[in-house]
Amino acid sequence: MKIAVCVKQVPDSWAEKKMVNGRLDRESVDAVLNDLDEYAVEEALKIAEAHGGNDGEGAAHSVTVISMGPERATEALRKALSMGANDAILISDASLAGSDALTTSKVLAKVISDGGYDLVICGTESTDARMSVVPAMLSARLGWAQLTFASEVVVNPAASTISITRVTEAGVDKIDASFPAVISVVEKINEPRYPSFKGIMAAKKKTIDTKDVAAIGVTLDSAWSVVNDATPRPPRAAGQKVTDDGNGGAALVTFLAEKKLI
Amino acid sequence: MSTVLILSDFSADKATKTTAELATAAARIGEVTAVVLAAPGEGAALAATVNQGPIAKVLIVEAAEFATHGVAAAADALAQLVQSHKPKALLVASHAFGKEVAARVAVATDSGIITDAVDIDSDLIATQMVFGGSTTVRSSVNSGTPVVTIRPNSITADFAAASPAISNENVAIGDNAKKSKISSSQPPVKGGRPDLTEANIVISGGRGTDGNFVPVEAFADALGAAVGASRAATDAGWYPHSHQVGQTGKTVSPALYVACGISGAIQHRAGMQTSKTIVVVNKDPEAPLFEIADFGIVGDLFAVLPPATEGVLASKA
Repeated sequence: MKIAVCVKQVPDSWAEKKMVNGRLDRESVDAVLNDLDEYAVEEALKIAEAHGGNDGEGAAHSVTVISMGPERATEALRKALSMGANDAILISDASLAGSDALTTSKVLAKVISDGGYDLVICGTESTDARMSVVPAMLSARLGWAQLTFASEVVVNPAASTISITRVTEAGVDKIDASFPAVISVVEKINEPRYPSFKGIMAAKKKTIDTKDVAAIGVTLDSAWSVVNDATPRPPRAAGQKVTDDGNGGAALVTFLAEKKLI
Repeated sequence: MSTVLILSDFSADKATKTTAELATAAARIGEVTAVVLAAPGEGAALAATVNQGPIAKVLIVEAAEFATHGVAAAADALAQLVQSHKPKALLVASHAFGKEVAARVAVATDSGIITDAVDIDSDLIATQMVFGGSTTVRSSVNSGTPVVTIRPNSITADFAAASPAISNENVAIGDNAKKSKISSSQPPVKGGRPDLTEANIVISGGRGTDGNFVPVEAFADALGAAVGASRAATDAGWYPHSHQVGQTGKTVSPALYVACGISGAIQHRAGMQTSKTIVVVNKDPEAPLFEIADFGIVGDLFAVLPPATEGVLASKA
């Protein structure tokens, strides 16, 4: 199996994010591999390992990490490689800065389609934009099966089939498909491994193939949507604070009644 | 007058209040046509529940594929309706299903998409709260038919009785929408509490519960509230991940949010700081969440919540 994992480098979730000229200011904050993408990398490795592995000469399977982003996104890719992915592709181009999800999905779909993968695995969303739409867009653009919000993935490489358990607020579905498919995994699906020292050393020797838009052969459209303005919200001020001296519960009830919440 | 399509939202075969919220937002833009996607023979019964909000027309599309091919089939049908009806916009509820449907419709119709809008005006300028509610962004779509997902509980719905004209339309679901097949479906386990993202009141527990959510649940039930949890609580296995509020979980914006034993890392704040009123109960007076609390109680949740629960129940009696 050829498995691709789509990842994104995002500002550290602990960092304070702000907008500059209608875009997230990525320069001034620490950047990390999107938390939720680690589950996708882990799941790809687990699928490969369950069927003979992706390590060593002549391995039956491979895991390629794909990202679109600035040059520094190689750090996020390096992390995925140190977890055990085989190689990586970074699409980096000044014209892609500030891209919307439709552009991102168009670029990723072209790379995936040219790469001849069987499965594409994504996290459910990035912790910065939080749109949760790229996996569905990839499926629509590629014409591949959509198997998203998976809490369990079972792959049968011999039959080229895959089954997932989809968990959303609408309930639990069992969904089946044949390769090729686009999968997104929820965070309870696994426990992402920490890169070992050996993994970190090995990752330094692995290839990150950096390409620009011309090299992948995709024509960019103008943005489908624009940000008109962005305003920081005034910080919330702290209100009343009391210490429980045995009457804390009663004080809470009084507060709720004053606010007409009960 | 130009048409705006909304995708009617259902829970247990009844239109949700989100449907009325979508209609209220859409009516600012044009005449509202509510689309009802249904299994063959079930459209009329579902459509009859789409009876609140400024809805001029209900359009029923029946196809067996909605049950077997989920998101992809719904998106395929909607994309065809967008192409044939040429609406000014398509509004969909911002939950997992709605956002994925919107994503596919945007690709299929080559249209711009805005997700998680908390407001939209008559000029189709959508307002979003980003970065955990710390920044307000206004955006608009400048290509194709704007596809906008609206976050439940953010638009004040007009619940006036509607008596829409009901019609049916046939749509053939394309092969690309049939690449995956749903073999079984279970509705969510409701447990009698309101849905987290739709609830007016949310009571959440964190590390301070030490795994015991009984007082949190009891207080929630007294208030008719939903129960949430911090990532620390869900990662510890104390509460289901589906109840996690925060950057990697649900974003909620209720009238009242009560955080019990949650210190308030940015991770958690990102999912709740747009709540209208915030109450914090924590033993640690230095807990960062106190900084954004309208009312804070420095105390043990096990000592504070039970009398508060009794007080709420007494106030109702």
